[in-house]
Amino acid sequence: MKLEVNGKEVEITSEADTPLLWVLRDELGLVGTKYGCGVAQCGACTVHVEGSAIRSCVTPVAAVADKRIQTIEGQASEQGLSPVQQAWLETDVAQCGYCQSGQIMAATALLASNPTPNDAEIDGAMAGNICRCGTYPRIRKAVHLAAALMAEEQNT
Amino acid sequence: MSEHLTAAPMSRRRFMQRSGALLFAAQCPLGLSAKAVAGGTGAMMNSFVRIDPSNVITMLANNSEFGNGAYTVMSMMLAEELDVDYRSIALEAAPTSPEYYSPLFREYLTAGSVTTGSTFIPMRTAGAKARTMLLEAASRDWDVPMAELTTADATVTHADTGRRATYGELLEVIHRLDIQPPETVVLKDPSEFKILGKPARRYEGAGKVDGSAQFGIDIKLPGMLYGAIARPPVYGGSVVDFDATEALAMPGVVKAKAIRAGVVVLADSYWRAQKAKAKLKISWDRGLNAKVSTEQFYADYRALADTPGMLAEDIGDARGVLDAADEVVEATYEMPLLAHATLEPMNCIAQVEGDTCTIWSGTQYQSNDQEVISRFLGIPQQNVTIHRPLMGGSFGRRSSKTADYTVEAVEAAMGESVPVQIIWSREEDIRSGHYRPLFVHKLRGSVDDSGMPEAWHQVAVGQSLMQGTKHDPTYMVRGIDIYSLDGCLQEPFGVFPYGTSYQIPHHRVESHNAPKSGIVPQEWRSVGHTHTGIAYECFLDELAHKGGIDPMELRLRLTKDHARMNRVLRVLKEKCDWDKPLGPGRGRGVASRIYNISPVAQAVEVTVAENGDFTVDRVVCVVDCGFAVNPLGIEGQVEGGLAYGLGGVAFGNIDIVNGEVQQSNFHDYPVMRLPQMPKVEVHILPSDEPPTGVGEQATTPIVPAVVNALFNATGRRIRRFPLSSQGFNLV
Repeated sequence: MKLEVNGKEVEITSEADTPLLWVLRDELGLVGTKYGCGVAQCGACTVHVEGSAIRSCVTPVAAVADKRIQTIEGQASEQGLSPVQQAWLETDVAQCGYCQSGQIMAATALLASNPTPNDAEIDGAMAGNICRCGTYPRIRKAVHLAAALMAEEQNT
Repeated sequence: MSEHLTAAPMSRRRFMQRSGALLFAAQCPLGLSAKAVAGGTGAMMNSFVRIDPSNVITMLANNSEFGNGAYTVMSMMLAEELDVDYRSIALEAAPTSPEYYSPLFREYLTAGSVTTGSTFIPMRTAGAKARTMLLEAASRDWDVPMAELTTADATVTHADTGRRATYGELLEVIHRLDIQPPETVVLKDPSEFKILGKPARRYEGAGKVDGSAQFGIDIKLPGMLYGAIARPPVYGGSVVDFDATEALAMPGVVKAKAIRAGVVVLADSYWRAQKAKAKLKISWDRGLNAKVSTEQFYADYRALADTPGMLAEDIGDARGVLDAADEVVEATYEMPLLAHATLEPMNCIAQVEGDTCTIWSGTQYQSNDQEVISRFLGIPQQNVTIHRPLMGGSFGRRSSKTADYTVEAVEAAMGESVPVQIIWSREEDIRSGHYRPLFVHKLRGSVDDSGMPEAWHQVAVGQSLMQGTKHDPTYMVRGIDIYSLDGCLQEPFGVFPYGTSYQIPHHRVESHNAPKSGIVPQEWRSVGHTHTGIAYECFLDELAHKGGIDPMELRLRLTKDHARMNRVLRVLKEKCDWDKPLGPGRGRGVASRIYNISPVAQAVEVTVAENGDFTVDRVVCVVDCGFAVNPLGIEGQVEGGLAYGLGGVAFGNIDIVNGEVQQSNFHDYPVMRLPQMPKVEVHILPSDEPPTGVGEQATTPIVPAVVNALFNATGRRIRRFPLSSQGFNLV
């Protein structure tokens, strides 16, 4: 089976029913995407398929065979970190950091569809991503900062 | 990937170009890297600092990083005295040898919110001593007085002659002149600090935004097999017999074997192991815990609470005063079992070769892991090597005295020629049998003519954390586990040098160690306070109400002889607008706590709807943690700590029926989510006192503050938890 991950085509041998999460982690070595619950309850495994945030722990790999998949490893470009990653770093969001790949992927998808979310919209869009360290106040702050960075980027 | 960490993964390549040793390490399989570098070209200046000729400075960190910020504060301390940028320091987990044991615990253990306090002098001393050696080298080599030398950016400079040398370049001089570490060294005066006391971003933060931070679950070793364990339906049960025919026929499956924890399936991917595990046919012996039930615990503990316990504290004559009182307030508070639910589930890689064992494990407690494994395998303790990656949360779970998730990986790896990684599913994690113990606190109290608390009688019932463990001699006093009572004693007790900060004239506290149950009690962020703090601060609110005294005013009066807590409360009262009236359906609550040994107080505002749905609208937290080493880190620990506590009291609950845990995943063991997170204001009081902890201190006060605020808003006292079981849903 062929997949397009972070802009590259890769050939995989996992069974068709294998969740995308475990294909990414165990077959492709892309371990930035995390396992947290296995039942789409925690958001640690969030990746983008065709630009939308999905839970890779419940997505059979066969379902995304001909789709564009983006993981945390594909967020930075040659120019450096993405605006969302930059905002996360500047706001010093992470504590243990385990959920943050998923948080960043969720925030990136949110900002793509809503470039200027308010607090309630952020809360709504990010409610599926658990952070046990409780970095939530900084997540809110960082999403606003990322929105500002992206607006700045567009204006230059 | 090596187990070295640098603060800036984006510049990792540059690092490696500068350092042959590091490049070599990076190409080695994990596990060889530490030795390769230690035996390489770098020079150990002392136990904590290694300098490489190419001027890479490496810190050996003897405290674990699980979100607590240990690596940030420790690198800041070292960098401050060594005059380097803390982000330029490379970092390795220090090996599990006694020279790296905590001076406080005398074990290799990161716990009790003591990292900052207990490393503040040792890490700075390590930096200052290394710097002194470098200065002596330059001074003697250049024949200039040491006092004329300055250091910055890992370089020694002599301004008059313009001579400069990097620390790495001076290693040759140190060797040639046989320069020895100084016996003593003068540390910087706080007025000279350039790094300490200023907000600093997380040392390993960059790897946590680009996905490159390596947690235990992420480690891949050549030939490694993944193991999934089918566990008994009752914690502590065992395998009678199993049939793995179907499982073994599945792709990638290598083996299935019985171990003490259950039946482990080994496969070439974790998913394949998980899938095959479901096909096992196992007959179980349900074991000694088959009849365990949490409702029975509550009933038994309530009955025990009505009987005299072991007397821990008896100030004045609480029983006499209560017997003579016209009115006695009585209440029983009941706290459930709680799982830790770290987002990275437990996992461990083990490799057993002859009489040696190597593990890769996220752990708070590696001297204990080493000890348990050495006992299990019958090999010398020093033959157990531990590689410690970053941890996806811990909250006490990875300080397991049973070393449960570690030793089972070793057992699974026995007889295998390759490393084996065991990863727990979330369901296994929630049902792991290691919990914040269930506690019942019975309280009786009275107020004097002025309305102030006069007599207090508290009986605590719950399973002891320390009884019968190797910690028994330190933490058990006359049979009383000091952790069972931490937070409800008015005076210092055992090795805990602090009391509640309150003064109630007649104060009696008794304790019952509930019978051992087969459930393993496990430290949960802020330990004893997770239950004593709720019982104490809520009952204080009940007495305030009885005496007609404002709860904030009550605490201010009770702490009048405790200068630090009194200051915290005075600032809190002002910052939280305590006297500003709130509208209907709204309420305010306050609580204050001392734990190891930082005074913290919080005030909250809640809004409660008719159906019991409530929001926590605002939390104001005032912290006195002595000298604030990293204000940015402290703020994060406070926000996170109170989120953990609030989620726990709002929804946290483990029910056991006939030995089986009823909850299994985040749908029935809910935790805090973003929409439920209150707005938090953190005020750190300036202080010249030595630094003390913040990692656990904010976890408890939020709980009674919210419960008291719900009473303030609705007039309803809540004495059993979680709040969701009492008709109050945090939204």
